[in-house]
Amino acid sequence: MTRSPLRILFSTGSWAVLAFLVLPILIVIPVSLTDTSFIGLPREHLSLQHFETFLESPKWLHATWTSIWIGAVVAVAATTLGTAFSIGCWFLSDRAAMIARWVMIVPILVPPVVQSLGFYKFWVTLGLIDSHTGVILAHTLLGLPYVTISVFAALANLDRRLPQAARNLGASLGMTIRTVIVPAIRPGMITGGVFAFIVSFDEIVGVLFLTVRRVETLPKMIWEGIQESVDPVIAAVATILVFITLLITLFGMLRSK
Amino acid sequence: MNEKLRYWMLVLPGLAVMVIFYIWPVLNIWGISVTEPAAGLGNYTRMFDSRAVQVSFVLTFRIAAITTVACLILGYVVAYTIANFAGRVRPLMLGLVLLPFWVSVLIRSFAWIVLLGRSGLVNDTLIGAGLIATPIRFMHNELGVLIAMVHVMLPFAVLPMLTNMRGISDSYMKAARGLGASEWRAFREVYFPQTLPGVFSGGLLVFVLSLGFYVTPALLGGGRVMMISEYITYQIQEFLNWGLGAALSVVLLLATALVLLVAARFVNLRKTFLERSS
Repeated sequence: MTRSPLRILFSTGSWAVLAFLVLPILIVIPVSLTDTSFIGLPREHLSLQHFETFLESPKWLHATWTSIWIGAVVAVAATTLGTAFSIGCWFLSDRAAMIARWVMIVPILVPPVVQSLGFYKFWVTLGLIDSHTGVILAHTLLGLPYVTISVFAALANLDRRLPQAARNLGASLGMTIRTVIVPAIRPGMITGGVFAFIVSFDEIVGVLFLTVRRVETLPKMIWEGIQESVDPVIAAVATILVFITLLITLFGMLRSK
Repeated sequence: MNEKLRYWMLVLPGLAVMVIFYIWPVLNIWGISVTEPAAGLGNYTRMFDSRAVQVSFVLTFRIAAITTVACLILGYVVAYTIANFAGRVRPLMLGLVLLPFWVSVLIRSFAWIVLLGRSGLVNDTLIGAGLIATPIRFMHNELGVLIAMVHVMLPFAVLPMLTNMRGISDSYMKAARGLGASEWRAFREVYFPQTLPGVFSGGLLVFVLSLGFYVTPALLGGGRVMMISEYITYQIQEFLNWGLGAALSVVLLLATALVLLVAARFVNLRKTFLERSS
């Protein structure tokens, strides 16, 4: 194909847009290496002092660990509930199941502040404020839509005759699900679980409403850090997270090739 | 029948958790709005009389609309290139769209603060280069909020458009070109109309998410650009005004529902939300 004006216009434009998308994020890398004690580019030499601060701070490490384990619990809980839900809906495939699926994705549509306000009032009644259980429950609800969407996408590609054949050959429903359906939809379950983990790991508004001092998560530390003093340690944390994301994206790109 | 009951046993745990711990508390906000601090519709009359609330609602819709239009234009260019021209660099381009998508909104907003602040990197560079004498105000105003919001929302616009464009056969364009249409005309009259479902889908997604967005406007706006979500938390945190916060939430929720209802005429909601490919 020849290089037409339209093609040149679109290609140039999209590289510019991609630069706008990616470059501002990468700015956290040089800032995290600054030798100064305020946010800015390195003055005289590169320094790892802010990474050291992070790695030597019990508060930051504890918050990081809390976010990781809460995210893991949320991923397992949301994947279990969401997978069972989706398989049930897939078998039913009637109007009621369709309505149930819409109910399940409501958290995507409700503004975060509104749902957090709802959580807060109810969690006070339940005595779940400032508890890990309270955060896990809230995050599981926020992760469920993503699990049901990706598991259902996997189910949509599954041949309905397979579970039917298993049933006709005498397998119970539970056995059919374990040995026929789950292996077939595993990629969708994993995607859903990863989504749920990330939703929980990044979630901030709910945590701000539902926790006081006992539960500190990584986003909460970052949020407070930005509000109080803009300390370069946040840039160090951001750099670490950006690198992890970069590696995972690269891995995903290579795998999908 | 027995069989159907078993399927419902699978559906029920997840559905029950969602209804009891999510749907119910959200619906209950209506209850708070008519009981606190006193029973009645006092919060609503106060809200509709308040100039600040009106300003905030107009601001919210304006920012959401501008963000949506900007994301659609920029996103269309990227999606079109990835779908039609990219060739060997396609995985790279797709990766560059997905990378920001996976970086937390908090981190992305932080990056913009570092860049756009009063003594941020952009101002420092401009002053250092002697182009300006005093810092330009990029942040704590609508401009800063818009820049960062477009940045956060852009992938949400690109992905549905890309899914749509990948399903469009290039034989239509070829036929139009073969029949003598210029490339621009073939694009405008043959290709573009076919991409409208993806455009509407992406636009709706960005608009709905922008309406209720909190983190980025709160951080980049610095209390001066109060979108409705921030106004709600402000009422609650500063004045412990739960009733008014709840009433505002109800209105925001209804506004979102109304947008979806109107959009349902143009957009396939099922494809946009339920069957979203991730």
